Parts: sequence; structure tokens; C-alpha cells
Amino acid sequence: MLGAILVTLAVVTAVFAPVLAPHDPTELNLGSRLLPPFWYSEANPSYLLGTDQLGRDVLSRLMYGSRVSLIVGICGVAISVVIGVALGLVSGYVGGATDAIISRVLDTFMAIPFILLALAVVGVLGPRHGSGLITLITVLGVTGWVTFARVIRGESLSVKRREFVDSARSIGQTDLQIILRHILPNIVASVIVLATLQIATVIIAESSLSFLGLGVQPPTVTWGLMLSEGRDHLATSWWLATLPGLAITLTVLGVILLGDWLRDILDPRQQT
Amino acid sequence: MTRYIFSRLLQMIPPLIGLTLILFVLLRIGGDPVAHLVRPEATQDEIAQVRAAYGFDQPLYKQYFRQLGLILRGDFGDSFRFRTAAMPLVLERLPATLELALASMIVALIIAIPAGILAAVYQNTPIDLFVTTGSTLGRAMPNFWIGIMLILIFSVQLRWLPVSGRLEPFSIVLPAITLGSGIATALARVLRSSMLEVMRQEYMTTAKAKGVGKWTILIRHGVRNALIPFITMLGLQVAWLLGGSVIVEEVFAWPGLGRLLLNAVLVRDLAVVQAGVFVFGFVVMAANLLVDISYAFLDPRIRYR
Repeated sequence: MLGAILVTLAVVTAVFAPVLAPHDPTELNLGSRLLPPFWYSEANPSYLLGTDQLGRDVLSRLMYGSRVSLIVGICGVAISVVIGVALGLVSGYVGGATDAIISRVLDTFMAIPFILLALAVVGVLGPRHGSGLITLITVLGVTGWVTFARVIRGESLSVKRREFVDSARSIGQTDLQIILRHILPNIVASVIVLATLQIATVIIAESSLSFLGLGVQPPTVTWGLMLSEGRDHLATSWWLATLPGLAITLTVLGVILLGDWLRDILDPRQQT
Repeated sequence: MTRYIFSRLLQMIPPLIGLTLILFVLLRIGGDPVAHLVRPEATQDEIAQVRAAYGFDQPLYKQYFRQLGLILRGDFGDSFRFRTAAMPLVLERLPATLELALASMIVALIIAIPAGILAAVYQNTPIDLFVTTGSTLGRAMPNFWIGIMLILIFSVQLRWLPVSGRLEPFSIVLPAITLGSGIATALARVLRSSMLEVMRQEYMTTAKAKGVGKWTILIRHGVRNALIPFITMLGLQVAWLLGGSVIVEEVFAWPGLGRLLLNAVLVRDLAVVQAGVFVFGFVVMAANLLVDISYAFLDPRIRYR
């Protein structure tokens, strides 16, 4: 329930950021730099959560920041789902040498930490095109497929031994038909649960890369970048680094709770 | 036992070859590799010379085997930033990272083992609620934020601990807590659920019927049997730990491999990026090997499979 509320809040903020935000997130106002949030007496009521080192409105920036996190999270995971589910299905269903090769590839990717691989790919790709949003989505999507492939391989291995697959084959359905009509519908629940939880992982990865200066580039607003800038003002304006982190935590928490809840209703076997 | 370890060692070869393939592809997707080796004002002739000297005019598969040969000798080329071989640079930074990883692991175990056991023993009590809530929150918090919040509280406000670096003995405390708390949440969750599972087993009832004390049963029969899933999780967390070290080392200016790698990525020092990724991958594989071997020690059934 809390998960659904947090996720709805994040999505609404992201979609309606231009309407909801009190200020332009990139508008500089050097006259009112480092203003504190509303609970301090020296706060300016038109900047509810204060301003940053360039006088930009923190609340508006937080609202716009949710856009990057959600877009990268959802699009990145969509790419991972396509790659991971396809490879997992083929590996589990076909078996034999194909399975052996795909499994070895999986082992290899498991050995490289997700964030490290993303980091290396971003580094090698070098100079970014535009804001870097497309690069980031592609990199996180292409490196994040491993979880899906591993779980889906296992699931399709067990589904393929079920009787309805034998009966489908006996009435002359092709392998492709069996995969699409009989195996896929049986693993959709797992895919939905995994995808939700992977969105949480990708949002954290995105904010980490942006924090390190390797993600989406300014002037696009991201929570990771806000945090990284706020770090230089810890001693005087602690909220600059605290609030974006809180935004990331609440969003990710919402997604995780939603994922756990989906698992409980869709896929009771996987409960931890 | 020796046979088991040997066969497990052989299983490390395919992923290692896979790793070299990934590095090979990685270097190629960045565009023409020769471009990183010549001066920007080089003439066509010079470029062609360099291309031939490094074998980049050969077919791709030959290039791969050439690179594989170099990697087997630990030769990843020279770092253009430091003007020395990349591999020694990486190995020089590895101890600091392993030190941090080990300290984080200890922090994680100190938190996770009591938390997991207590949450299972006192299931559905406030203790359990506290542990499960904390563990869910921990999953949602990015580690760089935890790190910065720790700096804010303990270094900036209370002035108890150094902000960064590796000069004082206490410098490791904050980075180890940052990195360790992240895996502690996952470990506590696994230990809690495997303890709950074990506590339902019949041998637990038998032990209780024999009149063995509650905590003796839990430690001797319960924890020991709940350890396998826990250690599996521990092994999986090694990759996460090393990935997280890149970020945590940056936050605390910890002079380890993660930071070297990050700086190499920022200036596109590809030789160091490759050597760093290779070493990270190798360490993860070695850790997984250790996990598998420890299974065989803990659970004799595995040795005879």
C-alpha cells in the first residue's frame, strides 16, 4: 500500500513537473543563494525547500529530477527484459549446447559487478551525445539483463517438463508456438516481479553514475548530480545533499515495496 | 575433496575467457583503438604504422588471440595518464580495496548475524519488525548517500571521525560502515528466512525433547544448518561489494582500485579500465570459488555429488 502511494507520487511528480514546479529548475538567482528550507526562520516562502549554490529552487529541481530516474529505470529495464527473457527462454527451452554457451556467458556477466560494467561501457563510449540520456538507458539496459536470463532460464526449464507442453507438441505445434503460447504465459508473473525490483536497482545505478559525473549531463537535472553538488556545501547547507538522497530512497522504497507486494500476489513460491 | 576443488578450478576457465572477450568487445565499441595510441596531429602514414605495430590491421579473431596472449602475461598495455604499464598500477591499488572490502564484510556480519537470528527467533515481535523494516530501508538507500550522511553526522557535526583518506587508522570506519550496511540488509534477510525454515525442522523438536537449552539448540543445530543459504548470499554480495567500492572510495577519497578505475574512466585511460575490470572480475570469481569450497566443508553431502 505504502509502495503504491510512493510510486504514484513519484510518477505524478515526474509527469506533471512543469505544472507543479514553482520555479524553472535551471533558473539562476545569484541574489538568493543557499537559502534554507521553510522550517528555518531565514527561509524565503517562495523557495519551500531552499535554494542551491547558484540560487536554483531545490523543490523544483527535485521534481524534475524524478523524470530522469523514472525514464532511465523504466526504459532501461524494458531493454533488459527483452534481452534477458529471450536468452533465458531459448537457453532453458532448447537446452544442449545453446544452453551451455548462454550459461557460460551468464557466469561471466555475473562475475562483473553491474555498476562496474556500466561504468566501463560509459567510459569506453566516451564523449556523450546530447544529454547522455540515451547512452545511459542503453548501457544500463544492456548490462542489466543477467538477472532476467538466469531466473527465466530456470523457470522455462521447469515449465517445459510439464504435461501441457507435451500435449502441445503432440498436436503438432512448433517450438516457437510452444514458447510463445505455453511457456511465456507461465513465466510472465516472474518477469513482472523481477522487472519491478530491477527498476529499483537501475534507479540506484543511474543516480550513482550521475553522482560520479558519468550519467546524464547538466543542464538536465538528476538527483545524483544534485547530491554530488550538495556535497561541497555539507558544513553550511546540509539539506542540499540530504534531500535528493531522501527523494531517491523514497522512490526506490516505493518500487521495492510494490515489487514485494506483486510477488506476494502473483508468485507466492518466490517468497523470501 | 581435492578432486572437488580441482574440478571447481577448471570451471573458472570459461568465465575467465568470457571476461577477456568482453574486454575485447569493450575496447572495440569505443571506436578505432588506434585513435587512442597516436598523437592527434599524426599523419596517415604514422597511423598506418601504429596500426600495423599493434596488429590492428589483422582480422578480428587474430587480434583477439593476440590480446588474449598479452592478457595471459598480465600485459594490458600502458596507461597514457601515468606513462607506465597498467597492470602494476592496478595491483598496487588492490590491497586498499581488499582491506576496505574485508572491513565492510566484518561490519556486515556483525550487524547481520545477530539481526537475522533475533528476527527469526522473535518472529512477529517488535524486534522482527525493526529488523525487517531496517533491512527494507537499507535496500532503498543508495550507498553514496549513506556515506555522505555519515560524513555529515560523524565528521562535520560531531567531529569524531576523519572525513576521508587512508592516513589514520580510524579512516576506514565510515567507508566500511557505508559499504557493509548495504550488504548487511541482504544478509540479515536471508539469515532470517533460512533460520525460520530450519526452526520448523524435526531435528529441532527432537533436540528440544532431549532437554537441550533453547540457545544451544539454536546455535548448534539451527545456525549451522541455516548457514548454506547465508554463505551463498555472502558470495553473491562480493560482486556487489566490489561494485559499491567504486562509489564509496570516491565518496571517502579512499585510495583503492575503485577510485583508480573511476578516474581512468573519466579520462578514458583504456588500458587501466581494462586491467581494472579484469582484476575485479577475477577477484569476484576467486571469491565465488572460495564460497563453493566452504560449502564442501560445511556440508559433507556436497563433496560426494
